[in-house]
Amino acid sequence: MLAVEDLRVRYGKVAAVRGVSLTCGAGELVALLGPNGAGKSSTLLGIAGGLESGTVSGVVSLDDHPLQGLTPEDVSRAGVVLVPERRRIFASLTVRENLMVGASAWASRRQATAHAEQVIQQFPMLASMAHRHGGLLSGGQQQLLAIARALMAKPRVLLLDEPSIGLAREMVNTVFETIRRLRDDGLAIVLVEQNVANAIALADRALLLRKGLIEGVAQSGADQVLSSYFGRGEGAASPT
Amino acid sequence: MTRALQYTADALSTGGLYALFACGLSLVLSVARIANFAYGSVLMVAAYMLLVTRALAWPIALIVVIASAVVLSVAIDRVAFAPLRRADAVTLLVASFGVSILIQNLVVLIAGARPASVNFGASFNDAVSIGSVHIAKIDILTFVVTAAVLLSLWLFLTRSLTGVQLRAAAEDFTMSRLAGVRANRVIAVAFAISGAIAGVAATLLTMQSGSLSTDAGLQPTLIAFIAVVVGGMGSVVGATVAGLLLGIVSVVLQATLPSHLLPYHDAILFSIVIFMLLGRPQGLFGARAAGARI
Repeated sequence: MLAVEDLRVRYGKVAAVRGVSLTCGAGELVALLGPNGAGKSSTLLGIAGGLESGTVSGVVSLDDHPLQGLTPEDVSRAGVVLVPERRRIFASLTVRENLMVGASAWASRRQATAHAEQVIQQFPMLASMAHRHGGLLSGGQQQLLAIARALMAKPRVLLLDEPSIGLAREMVNTVFETIRRLRDDGLAIVLVEQNVANAIALADRALLLRKGLIEGVAQSGADQVLSSYFGRGEGAASPT
Repeated sequence: MTRALQYTADALSTGGLYALFACGLSLVLSVARIANFAYGSVLMVAAYMLLVTRALAWPIALIVVIASAVVLSVAIDRVAFAPLRRADAVTLLVASFGVSILIQNLVVLIAGARPASVNFGASFNDAVSIGSVHIAKIDILTFVVTAAVLLSLWLFLTRSLTGVQLRAAAEDFTMSRLAGVRANRVIAVAFAISGAIAGVAATLLTMQSGSLSTDAGLQPTLIAFIAVVVGGMGSVVGATVAGLLLGIVSVVLQATLPSHLLPYHDAILFSIVIFMLLGRPQGLFGARAAGARI
């Protein structure tokens, strides 16, 4: 489904991502792990088309259809949707309006509204506050709203950037339970996460990034991933 | 009491017109982050279209005037601003000055530099008497039309999918694109609405003054920019409310200043604006940091 080959991101003289390759199929969750500045968020932004064209190179494709060079809205409409770090929900818009922004791919308002009803039913916490402004929600509620907004675009691939950052433990569990459900429903998910334990509990594969390079790829298995993450490569397989 | 009611009518009429100026300008500023000085040229061309369409029935003339303002506004975006999407704010500002000068000179070339008179809706300059209060019909019309335009805009922004996308783009343009909102389309819609508002405002302004000149758009644009700053950069509601307040304060000053101070009316009005901004530099409705558009 999603294939990324030799993705490179450069901000001026700084190479943030130096040749990342990965694949993610339907119902699969690939975790990108690594310290701050490893290039995880830049990788997601590069895939989502969220960076200026001159800063990104490499090949990104969905079912062999190239995505590189497309505008962010076209990447989103193609089915690859980013849930960015810090949620970036629209604070002045209501929960329902936030969802409607994500419905841009739908042909008519009627279809979009019907889909919004389906999506919001998946998030009982949001269902009761459909008319509340996004800025008045808690961090956890905003995170669920950001995921729900992404689902409005009928995605096939979800790019999740630090979904648990700044959330209380109970809400972290809710968010990860939601991610598990989406993966089980067949979504391909690329997850950037500092919460390594939660990420590897869900991941089919974990890519360990350092300084913009994949240092190791660990197949599912907590011990292998943890030793790779904390032991700088011990036990990690070679990148494939 | 009678005078107070008449001043109220004047204030609401002037304030309404200023609110329209500000609303049209701030819509483009909030979505596209373009301080569009060419907005005044759109207004001026729309006013001249009243001259071109004077032989037509007034509803058709009105449609042609508004449609021409919409087309010109969108064309300015497509031709002048779209190629500069990634440019900084200063470049866009200079481009808008260039477009404004170009359009103004084209109108001078076609229609001549001398002011012209238009009697579109001249009957609205009569007054309606309510008891001892005499209110010009044009004042009532201006207030009613302004209220109708702003209500329609509010309904569009809150009830339509495109309107919600427009508000999202105004709040976080990059995120709205990541969510699938088409950047060029949403900016074109903002320019189209801005043009339509300019068309309505030009019609009301010309009906009030009865005259046309190629610098007709300058004063409204300046007022609109001041209202945008007072209301808070990027806030359409703020700019509209500030436009209304500016009009009201202007009329109040006109009515209450001693005659020897009346020549300083504008200086006093804008001094009030400066003092207000010293106390609240972010404007009445706050401000957001400018960000990249595309």
